[in-house]
Amino acid sequence: MDQVVLKNVTKAFVTKAFGSVTAINKINLNIKEGECFSFLGPSGCGKTTTLRLIAGFEDLTNGEIWIGDKPMSIRNKNYYLPPENRGLGMVFQAFAVWPHLNVFENVAFPLRILKMNKNDILEKTNEALKHTNLFGLGKKFPSELSGGQQQRIALARAIITHPKVLLLDEPLSNLDPKLREIMRFEIKDLQRKFNFTIIYVTHDQTEAMALSDRILVMDMGNVQQIDTPVNMYKNPANKFVYGFLGRSNFVKVEISNGKVYPYGTRGKEIKCNIPADFNEDTAFLATRPNEIKFTKDGFKTEIKKRVFLTDYKEYRVDIGGQEIRINTITDPGYKEGDTCEVTLNNIKWYSTKGDISEKEREARKVI
Amino acid sequence: MKRPKFEFTIGNLLFTFSIIILVITVALPMIMIIYNTFFYKLAFNWRMFGAVIFQKENIGAMYNTIKISLLVTVFGSAIGLFFAWLVGRSDIPLKGMMKTLFTIPYMFPPFIGAMAWQLLLLPRSGYINKFFISLFGSPIFNINSIAGIVFVEICYYFPFVFIQVSSALERMDPTLEESARIAGAKQMTVIRKITLPLVVPAIASGAMLILISSLSHFGVPAILGFSNNIFTLPTKIYEVIYKSAGSFEGIRQGTALSVLLVFVVIAALALQRRVLKFGHYEIIKGKSMRPMLVKLRRMKAPLLIVSILFLFLVVVLPLFIIFGVGCLKAWGLPLVLKNMTLNNFKYVLFASQMARDSIKNSFLLSISAATINMFVGTMVAYVIVKVKIKGKGLLEVLSVLPYSVPGIVLAIGVILMWSGAFKINLYNTIWIILFAYVGRYMTFSMKSASASLGQVHNSLEEASRSCGATHLESLIDITLPLIRPGMVASFFLVFLPAMRELTTSLLLYGPFTRTMGVAIYTIHEEGNTVQATALASVAITIIIMGNLVLRYITRERRGNQ
Repeated sequence: MDQVVLKNVTKAFVTKAFGSVTAINKINLNIKEGECFSFLGPSGCGKTTTLRLIAGFEDLTNGEIWIGDKPMSIRNKNYYLPPENRGLGMVFQAFAVWPHLNVFENVAFPLRILKMNKNDILEKTNEALKHTNLFGLGKKFPSELSGGQQQRIALARAIITHPKVLLLDEPLSNLDPKLREIMRFEIKDLQRKFNFTIIYVTHDQTEAMALSDRILVMDMGNVQQIDTPVNMYKNPANKFVYGFLGRSNFVKVEISNGKVYPYGTRGKEIKCNIPADFNEDTAFLATRPNEIKFTKDGFKTEIKKRVFLTDYKEYRVDIGGQEIRINTITDPGYKEGDTCEVTLNNIKWYSTKGDISEKEREARKVI
Repeated sequence: MKRPKFEFTIGNLLFTFSIIILVITVALPMIMIIYNTFFYKLAFNWRMFGAVIFQKENIGAMYNTIKISLLVTVFGSAIGLFFAWLVGRSDIPLKGMMKTLFTIPYMFPPFIGAMAWQLLLLPRSGYINKFFISLFGSPIFNINSIAGIVFVEICYYFPFVFIQVSSALERMDPTLEESARIAGAKQMTVIRKITLPLVVPAIASGAMLILISSLSHFGVPAILGFSNNIFTLPTKIYEVIYKSAGSFEGIRQGTALSVLLVFVVIAALALQRRVLKFGHYEIIKGKSMRPMLVKLRRMKAPLLIVSILFLFLVVVLPLFIIFGVGCLKAWGLPLVLKNMTLNNFKYVLFASQMARDSIKNSFLLSISAATINMFVGTMVAYVIVKVKIKGKGLLEVLSVLPYSVPGIVLAIGVILMWSGAFKINLYNTIWIILFAYVGRYMTFSMKSASASLGQVHNSLEEASRSCGATHLESLIDITLPLIRPGMVASFFLVFLPAMRELTTSLLLYGPFTRTMGVAIYTIHEEGNTVQATALASVAITIIIMGNLVLRYITRERRGNQ
């Protein structure tokens, strides 16, 4: 069953400098009950704004948002439910634990708002503290606790009313890498116990991959791809998604008489198969650095740089004026300046149409 | 190289200079007061102190002081908090304008404000009261009363809380409030349970500033209280000395009252310490997001009208009345164009030697004091922030002491010190006022300089020394240029209040050393209202222009960072 539904959701901000700016452009989305769904994208792509629309902190400019069978915001009917009536749980990046309340009072706050009786509050809060490994710390104040413990307070507070949907806004990015991994498992554990739907906002692709059932990749307010982590990594829908999911090489090429040359050159040919359905004159060939191999019959070039990285070696070679990275686990032992031949494997072909440079991307970023 | 027992270093030199200057301008005047209160003919004698503080009218003055300060603190804090919330968390329109206007009372000299309100609300001749008499036959409010003093002080002290709370609300992480909404709390509940408790420290520190300032405040009760025999401790001290016409006995009574006033202020400071230690939360975190604003809906129009009325009453009306009356041919005439003239301005700017001298003296004193304090404050701050040396604690205490010493007390200390006690007599000269100003504003310039020094990382100076520069060279080539904008700002932080200074100058002025504040006050006391307001208009114009310059400078600085 669909738990969270977004129909044609659009959000425009009015700014002094740029006038009306579209932050989110016609998003359609069905998130299933019990699913762990991530919004992934670079900062300023609109992922947090989308989450805040679902939470009710912003009102949408167009479209509809439903949770379960209840409407949250419907533009056409001018309907908007304030955040406190949406029955959600939410965890913020900076934890947002209240410094003037102790751990117990922080976690019990939603129950006190519900005017529950004292014994129930005590029982339920202690249960939530146990689930988040905070039991015994109830009397402490947040400032006396570590970042990880503060994050657990935020989690306990978010799940204490057993909401059907839990919103997480970059919840782990303020923690150190080790703790991040531990908390990731704890969140998953809680989900298994309470069976809520998770909407998870992050800019860290490994985090999204590790946690999610499905991922939505966003860029500049537009949905780029919605898929399972495995499918998405296998078949990124476009160059942006490919680049965002891991280390990548893009070689711009031109195609002439069925042969592929580095863009702007007509000398050495890159040997590869052109997909049957690709019929443009130029293309980006996308490969992961570990999918390029040193071979005997590949593209002839020379080693420009050699870098030792702990568990693999990285070589930089030149393909028709474009530098690419090659990662190998077994070291072929080349030195800088040596000649070599490389073969690109598992190539993805992407159109060069509509590609925008990093500079343009920065310039378009307004929010 | 062997380490010499005593090294002659720049740090030692600066420390020694700082101590000498602070002892002369701050410590000795205070010691003189205590000495003269408790010692008579070189023997300990507390009888005079006891006799003075148990006098009935002095107890009355103390009662008034505390009563007025508490009322001003409570109401001023409430008003400041309310408007800070309105501007920071509601969808009320015209926020930018309101914010700017709310900081104007900050630069307006309160005693001129008291004069303005007197012109409006004198029992029989104030413009507003005349209007009410013509309508109902009786005046609406007598400004020459405790309530009047409280009202005028509130107008000038509520910005302390407004500014503190506004900035706390601006810095507060909005997700603290949002997470309460998600937890199911309504907006009003969020304000009550989350927002308010989190700004309590800001309210408390603003309220304590009001309390301490109001306890030692002189101008407003001096203008409004004397005619009805309402005295506070600071005005009582002035009256005792004024009545005795400078006799030593009068000054000794003044010192006893001063000690009493200092005790009251120290008690307030102790309270402030406890209050501020009690709660200090970390509320600045996370990414900056716009906070959700409370929709006022039906309350929007009424609240906007209330705000505009309040701003009109506190900011526009006094300003208007001062300039308006300054243009009148004679006090009491209706404020219409045919009664207007520029003669009063001609008089204070050109004809009156006394008024012209006062403007000249104020500029001379303010510029000198600001320049001296800019350098001394920087030096003291440098020793406190950057130099490792024993005895820094003493330096810090001495440099923040003037902040808690009421101006009138410092003035008495300066009189005791410079009228022959150390074989130097500066009484009735401009130098004695300069000493008082330098001491009085030391804390301002030291705090400002240490704030900008704190931003200069030690490694910058260390890098210069590792390049071969001496300590002095690194100081001159690296540190000073980096804090120059801060030094300029600290110049104005002294210059502006010195231009409107009244309290100490009033005790220290001689026949030829009136300052602008003194001139306005004495002309007003002599009953030449129109000329006093004309000179007040000149003073306000100068102060507003100075503030604009300060704003321009600090804006530049923000732009560079």
